Amino acid sequence: MTLLLQLLVSGLSLGAVYALLALGFVIVFKSSGVVNFAHPAFLMIGAYTIARVGSAAQVPFLLALLAGVGVAGVVALLVQRLLVYPMAGRSLIAVSIMTIGVDVITQTEIIRRIGLDGYVPMRDPWGDRVVRIGGLVLPQTRIAALLVGAVLILAFFVWLRYSRWGVAMRAVADDPQTAALMGVRRSTVSAMAWVLAGMLAAVAGLFITVFPSPGLQPVTAAVALRAFPAAIIGGLDSTGGAIVGGLVIGVTESLAQGYATDLSFLGAGFHSVMPYAVMVAVLLVRPSGLFGAKELHRV
Amino acid sequence: MSESPNTLMVDQTEPAAEAAAEVRRRGPLWTVIGTGLVMLAVPFLADTFWLQLGLFAMAAAVAALGLTLLLGQAGQLSLGHAFFLAVGAYGYTFLAGQSGRLGGGFALPPTLAAVLAVLLAGAAGLLFSPIAARLRGIYLGIATLGLVFLGQHILDNAPRITGGDNGRSVPVFTLGGLRFGSDPDQPQYLLNVLWGREQKLWYLFLLVTVVAYLYFRNLVRGRPGRALRAVRDRELMAGIIGVPVNRYKAYAFLISSMYAGLGGVLYAIAFRRIVPETFGVGLSIEYLAMVVIGGLGVAGGAVAGATFIAFLPPILERHAGLLPGLAPTTGTSGISPPVAAKFIFGAAVVALLLFEPGGLAGLGRRVSRALATRRRRPAHPR
Repeated sequence: MTLLLQLLVSGLSLGAVYALLALGFVIVFKSSGVVNFAHPAFLMIGAYTIARVGSAAQVPFLLALLAGVGVAGVVALLVQRLLVYPMAGRSLIAVSIMTIGVDVITQTEIIRRIGLDGYVPMRDPWGDRVVRIGGLVLPQTRIAALLVGAVLILAFFVWLRYSRWGVAMRAVADDPQTAALMGVRRSTVSAMAWVLAGMLAAVAGLFITVFPSPGLQPVTAAVALRAFPAAIIGGLDSTGGAIVGGLVIGVTESLAQGYATDLSFLGAGFHSVMPYAVMVAVLLVRPSGLFGAKELHRV
Repeated sequence: MSESPNTLMVDQTEPAAEAAAEVRRRGPLWTVIGTGLVMLAVPFLADTFWLQLGLFAMAAAVAALGLTLLLGQAGQLSLGHAFFLAVGAYGYTFLAGQSGRLGGGFALPPTLAAVLAVLLAGAAGLLFSPIAARLRGIYLGIATLGLVFLGQHILDNAPRITGGDNGRSVPVFTLGGLRFGSDPDQPQYLLNVLWGREQKLWYLFLLVTVVAYLYFRNLVRGRPGRALRAVRDRELMAGIIGVPVNRYKAYAFLISSMYAGLGGVLYAIAFRRIVPETFGVGLSIEYLAMVVIGGLGVAGGAVAGATFIAFLPPILERHAGLLPGLAPTTGTSGISPPVAAKFIFGAAVVALLLFEPGGLAGLGRRVSRALATRRRRPAHPR
């Protein structure tokens, strides 16, 4: 029972991180119609900046975090302005493949910078300390991830609901033509979405690379890729779905890892492909995800 | 999101114009004959290093044809190509391999094993097609990503098939009495050229590539090709005029996976040793880069792109000293050749999509059109 509870909590914490990633992925898709395969690259850039700035002497961790978030946001903005925007009007698949090119370049450079050591430590304030609540033993990093994830997600939805920007973003996602007629600039709104996505990815990057992971590794990108199934499970155009998808992925992955001995018939390390297995299962039943809008055609 | 037609970046010319361009492209017969003669002469001229690279390029070209059919003609994005390559490569190795300490096998005749491996890849594609046929291009892209990871997981947990982390050697291919292997004890000579494994395989691969190429061109020019393009450009309209949309999407996926399987078989034969790691997401992305760089949907483009991606890293490796900032070996500071190759192909994808969506094929067409207009126009108009 304790084990189950512990796995559920750490699964929710992992899920909150995936949700942050999936959320950024979904808002980019909703506002600019692009499936951004460079999303893991933003995460890597953010995490790398946090680690490098953090390792400089006398820089408080919070400043390093802000630097990472800022750099990832700026890079996302540059990608949107310089590469995605000029391709407006072209097929979505073309733009998405272009982002794969961006991802290849960025990942290659980050992995080259990580170098032969294999990882860059994050220098976060939590380290490997644990907290005991009742019978549960939880790393501080997991609790921090859960809290920060929950706060950011809540803040995002409040922002989306009440702020001018949020209203504009929903308007563009709902009906770009009418929104344009009402004076909402689609390109500005989608630039905003890209910046937000980059910033969220940097935060997620921090929590993917802290304890129990040793730091930023080349394999971090593969972990970040699991946000794609999260977004697909929820439905690519549903922000709420991204949260649900993220949590589903996080919890199932955590459970599969925790009960690995009982699931040994599925092979060692099954937890790392669990997100994809869940995704394929969901897609078989619902081709546009759990909460994705069914595509309607008007003839 | 507004309803936009699901058109791709391939030249969106009218069908008539496309056909006319096709006729123009068929071009003078002597180019075909010339290329053919050069390709036939290569084993007599090039050394083993280049021949081996050529084998890789041809294996890649066959698999790339499959991807360009799926993406360029049917408008379906797949990141799962590496999975079907793995099915082909391991299917062949397992079916033709001897059962031994390091792995199982059926010890089938290699030709039969190769055919069965391609069918196996097709069956895997068919199994996935209920998903593939119902998903829109972009959803499919991510769903197929799952296929690669699941495939990697299976390979990691099946040492009897893969021979474990250190990989497994691939059985030598034989056709009838012909053995496509090297025989250091009895070196054979043909016209004073040492006639080894690479020379023999060159002709086999050339034959397979040409057949794959012609099959692709026929398919694309015929009824299935037109149906696929209709599905790509406007799915709804295609359905209304009577194209069974889902069946054609599944069909494209099936053919594409069989091409990938065949590419995988060739890849295994060319490499002689295969390791599971090879068939990861990175390989899928390389194939995507090939078809985008070559020019989507065009058979020649797939071949050109495959050649480019196959030759780029070794050429950089060989001439590392000529390029500034390139470190001669991995591990030292500076940019190692494999890293540089990745930068170049990433940048090529981005740049081509931004500036020349037709890829190398589009560039070639533009050049030949420019030459043609110049020839037609007199140099000094009166």
